[in-house]
Amino acid sequence: MAGVEAPSLRRTVANAGAQAFLWDRAASVRFANLAEGTSLRGRLAELAGRSVLLATASQLTTALALIELDGVARRLVILPPDAEPEHLTAIAAAAGVDAVVTDEGSDPGAALDLPICVICEREIVPVQVVAPAALRTEWVMLTSGTTGVPKLVVHDLAGLTAAIHARSPADGAAVWGTFYDIRRYGGLQMFLRAVLGGASMVLASAGEPVAEHLARLAGHKVTHLAGTPSHWRRALMSPAIRAIAPRYVRLSGEIADQAILDALRATFPQAAIGHAYASTEAGVAFDVNDGLAGFPASYIGAVRDGVEMKVVDGSLRIRSPRAAARYAGTDAALAGADGFVDTGDIVELRGDRYYFAGRNGGIINIGGLKVHPEEVEAVINRHPSVRMSLVRRKQSPVTGSVVVADVVLKADPLGQGARQIELKDDILKLCRAELPRHKVPAAISFVPALNVATSGKLLRRRG
Amino acid sequence: MSVKLTIIEQMERIAREHGKILAPLKEDLVLADCGLDSLGFAVLVARLEDTLGVDPFTAAEDAVFPVTLGDFVQVYEHGGR
Repeated sequence: MAGVEAPSLRRTVANAGAQAFLWDRAASVRFANLAEGTSLRGRLAELAGRSVLLATASQLTTALALIELDGVARRLVILPPDAEPEHLTAIAAAAGVDAVVTDEGSDPGAALDLPICVICEREIVPVQVVAPAALRTEWVMLTSGTTGVPKLVVHDLAGLTAAIHARSPADGAAVWGTFYDIRRYGGLQMFLRAVLGGASMVLASAGEPVAEHLARLAGHKVTHLAGTPSHWRRALMSPAIRAIAPRYVRLSGEIADQAILDALRATFPQAAIGHAYASTEAGVAFDVNDGLAGFPASYIGAVRDGVEMKVVDGSLRIRSPRAAARYAGTDAALAGADGFVDTGDIVELRGDRYYFAGRNGGIINIGGLKVHPEEVEAVINRHPSVRMSLVRRKQSPVTGSVVVADVVLKADPLGQGARQIELKDDILKLCRAELPRHKVPAAISFVPALNVATSGKLLRRRG
Repeated sequence: MSVKLTIIEQMERIAREHGKILAPLKEDLVLADCGLDSLGFAVLVARLEDTLGVDPFTAAEDAVFPVTLGDFVQVYEHGGR
């Protein structure tokens, strides 16, 4: 699309009000200062036209570097916090990286002996000449949840922001918060929403406990808050959640089941609560704002907002202007010949709604019968005493596998003795009423917590 | 509760849950005829691991194939040590 001037983030923040800030635990930065300032020690010009790896320890410095480098660097490769150090060389090679931006907390290995290493600081110093933002920068995000070297997914700012509606006057007063990391697709969406809306944003600091993060969100009077269902379930277990009163609550990145939607409705009766479907490859596909799990069947087959969806072999496929252009460093196709991206997310039609059943490939085989762990979790999570659950495969000498469930209760199960057994029976009764026999867990264990990856998704061990 | 009683109690429970009718649970009852299908047995083994803390079938170095209920109980009595 030659001749179309690319929007640049730096030009956008020039229009942000003086009250629009970016906060983390250690720093407070006024967005507008970046319009004529630098967090890169004035070394922006060295990065012009380069493929730049952003390997910072903090989200805040990544945010500042993104704003400065958009339109200046040829390519921005955003390294998520949980990237494996041993994958760094392969990632840099695949993306043709020739410069790196780090910060004070970065692992020195992240510098990769590249000729140009620029440190990004939390402090913005004024500059006389601002480098022109003339390029349509490629934004490269890494996929999560795969083993081996992650795939490098190439987006541009136009595609990344296509799902974000035009700015309204009220946006400037908004304070965005996210449990995601902005170096992942879901978190980046929230960051771009804040920046384009001229709003403020509260970022989590590395290793910050949930209660402290919630307290800071409360202190900044967060109005828009987003996370995965696992993030939200964990937040709901913290008494600190009572201090926040967002007017918009958003879930994406995992299946939003009815139980978590209802729990958020009960906790935030005044808030608009929406769940969205997005993937790093396919982009933001749709929002659901009626408070119900799943999505209307009418979404399939129609073109909505430029996005088309179809279901092939049970798996959701998306063709969208918000989808990534391609993978970097490989010839592997991101979309099929028809332009549809196979999301690998399995959906099932029940009545006039589609429901997410789980991941293609996450299936447990029980004597030849298939079970998606997520569909069993959705039933268990409906039990009033249950906060969250993980359904997994257990080896069985009889059928090869059985499903078992690890369950986190809302109240501490210890010391309840006989009540524990009663509760297990009660949960199993619910499962038997709702699920075919082979999907009912053979055993339930009560556990104090479940592991959530830095991507905000429940950690599943494939075995 | 003895291992045998635990096993019998679980078998009765699973049969109830799965809507199956159990044959009278005597020592020489052939397991294949007891009324539980393979899924029922898979659940039984998983539940027994939960209550007795052992899965002697997966733990055993040699494959064990109990034929009667008495054999099955014995596998657990030995595996439990």
